[in-house]
Amino acid sequence: MGSLIEIKDNPAQEGFLWTRVDELVNWGRKNSLWPMPLGLSCCGIELMAMIGPKFDLARFGAEAARFSPRQADLLVVAGTLTWKMAEACRTIYDQMPDPKWVIAMGVCSSSGGMYDSYSVVQGVDSILPVDVYVPGCPPRPDAVIDAILKLQKKIERERPVELLLQGANTDEGIGTRRFDRAPNRGVPTTRSHEFLPPGQVSDR
Amino acid sequence: MSAQTTSTKVFEYNPTALQGDDPLHGELMELNMGPQHPATHGVLRIKVVLDGETMKEIEPVVGYLHRGKEKTCESLGWRKFFPHTDRLDYVQPLMNNCAYAIALEQLGGVPVPERGQIIRVMLMEMSRIAAHLIYLGTTAIDLGAVTMFFFTFKERETIYTFLDAYTGHRMNNTYVRIGGVYADVNEDVGREIEKWCDHFLGAVDEYEKMLTGNRIWYDRNHNIGIVSKELALAWSLTGPNLRGSGFEWDLRKQQPYSSYERFNFEIPVGTTGDCYDRYLVRVEEMRQSTRIIQQAVKLLRDTRGGEFLADDRRYVLPPKGKVHTSMEELIHQFKIVTDMALPKGEAYGAVESSKGELGFYVVSDGTSHPLRCHIRAPGLMNVQAIPVVMRDRLFSDTVSIIGSLDFVMGEVDR
Amino acid sequence: MTSTQERVQAALDGLQASISSARDGMPTITVPADKVREAVQRLKERAGFETNTLVTAVDHYPAEPRYELCWQFLSVSMNDRVRLHARIGGDQPAIASIIDLFPGAAYSERECFDMFGIVFTGHAGLKRLLMPEEYDHFPLRKDFPHHGIEPDRLYREWDRKRRERPSNTAFQQEQQEEGAR
Repeated sequence: MGSLIEIKDNPAQEGFLWTRVDELVNWGRKNSLWPMPLGLSCCGIELMAMIGPKFDLARFGAEAARFSPRQADLLVVAGTLTWKMAEACRTIYDQMPDPKWVIAMGVCSSSGGMYDSYSVVQGVDSILPVDVYVPGCPPRPDAVIDAILKLQKKIERERPVELLLQGANTDEGIGTRRFDRAPNRGVPTTRSHEFLPPGQVSDR
Repeated sequence: MSAQTTSTKVFEYNPTALQGDDPLHGELMELNMGPQHPATHGVLRIKVVLDGETMKEIEPVVGYLHRGKEKTCESLGWRKFFPHTDRLDYVQPLMNNCAYAIALEQLGGVPVPERGQIIRVMLMEMSRIAAHLIYLGTTAIDLGAVTMFFFTFKERETIYTFLDAYTGHRMNNTYVRIGGVYADVNEDVGREIEKWCDHFLGAVDEYEKMLTGNRIWYDRNHNIGIVSKELALAWSLTGPNLRGSGFEWDLRKQQPYSSYERFNFEIPVGTTGDCYDRYLVRVEEMRQSTRIIQQAVKLLRDTRGGEFLADDRRYVLPPKGKVHTSMEELIHQFKIVTDMALPKGEAYGAVESSKGELGFYVVSDGTSHPLRCHIRAPGLMNVQAIPVVMRDRLFSDTVSIIGSLDFVMGEVDR
Repeated sequence: MTSTQERVQAALDGLQASISSARDGMPTITVPADKVREAVQRLKERAGFETNTLVTAVDHYPAEPRYELCWQFLSVSMNDRVRLHARIGGDQPAIASIIDLFPGAAYSERECFDMFGIVFTGHAGLKRLLMPEEYDHFPLRKDFPHHGIEPDRLYREWDRKRRERPSNTAFQQEQQEEGAR
């Protein structure tokens, strides 16, 4: 179990492992992520490639893709999110049990990317909290694997017990509520003031 | 054309009209499938009214991936829209590039040099194989054959490796330009592709060994989702869906573009037009595409050193080396990048993509920005056919039919 | 004049149709808006065009008549194509539907209605195709900005209802947390 858990070097206590609850919980969580692939567009194909034979996500314990949000703890938003789809996306996020993490795969879900148009959400973080952003259009599978490794590092740093003791949502399991998870309110979503007369092209 | 095919009732959603049906069936049940469902191949949503196990009313709801491409084209201008065409049918980006380029070349009257055409043909056929592999892998995984997904993705990764080596990215390559392609093919890439072609023909045989005689695959596809020839024509189906119904229609043969008339290949057609026929047609198309690629690589060897990009300074960027040394070329570069106008008029360029006829209808008012760029998506027509094909079938057939009609939502919704 | 043009000319005899050749060499017919249905019917029955390829419109704002409708047909037996144009005004644009002749045009007409607000009379299921049904605007009109007008309005309305749902304690919690900060 690596550096997480020390073996008490005491013959009398042989067979016991000592660790902190936080670290044990985090260790379990980070090595068995169950992703819910929300393959919206192009990135969905690369997401499939990532699970496929060459890149083999199983090496990182995150290959058990579940298409039901109730059984997943990692939402991978892969592709362009439109306002029409946003309701479904938020519903999926709500249906996932805590603890849950989100990866915004590709520039479209990170920031709207090349689609600065009337129907595209300018970054999935305007409707739900995101843990890791992956740039690229689409990102290579290597980049997404890197994102999963980064997410694992992030999970390592979490303090589930502390959050439990603070008493937030105790009925939902250990350390479920993380206070820094409100959606990013700073992202502008409406550009109605940028009305241009016909024939004139925005410089954006 | 028979009477029921012309019914407009497909779009009516009227459960009460069905109350007096067969008493053996239970109550009518409305069921929603999607927009997030692994078997809908993207963000398609299907509303179904079930009578027992039988589907009575089916209504596809599209638009969950509508990104406003046509509006974007009007805002961005002719050249800058090229990267957006990649993301239409994202399993075959280069095919979409070619279709758009062909439309613009017709509008501008730009001839494409021989070598450029051959490179395009090679890229398009590789895209077709990649798209058919996605069809095969995902449809098989939906019908329970998980192994096929790994088999097909292994070959797809090889195609991606070639495209990576040649175009610089695995997918969404944006490699085609007005008047040709961006760069020449390296000879090593050609040799590797040739080697892979021999291997791939064996791989297709392997797929057939896995599926064609497989009892489960046969039962879940045979006589399911039958599209008759008349129905296919009336509902504007093209591509493998039309050929599966036994109609030999392929733009590569009938209205050749990009020098397809030089290549030897055959058009596979089905007999009954069921899911199994469409599967067989696509598998055979992969073999024929491999044949075309082999011929293209040979032709590339013969035309080595030839022009691959038209020498037309109205629409084609000058080579980078000249831009840094010559004032005229710098001005050309500047003019093309900032303000490349196409002559006034309208044109329609179409290619036979893996889903059917992919066309771009472009209208220019003589400025650098299009007046209109309409994308004729074959996928939309395939989605449109879903209610026609699925009505009065069992609900479990949904997955086979959706898979075999084969559409990609990026193209359907645009 | 090509053989296709002659065939089309013969089929459309007496419909005030003018035939020209576009830049891509496709015969392009222009007919008055009230003659469209008959022209399409004749193209199908007399000239042998079996398949509808596309139905779309071009917005010539601010010129009048504003919309230029475009149909394109393919004859698989004769291996040729034809394009049909008709102009209609911008005030309550409407044109006859052709889905009883070409059922495959149904989604194209719905899309055209969705994007331009052109009503196809006789189309029973004419409603929005790509945008949400409650959407207010017609995006491909030239007076509609590329970035849209309040693109998130429908989502925000849905979102407000979602937060008010009594079962959604988690969101009330989230709101309280936000309020406390």
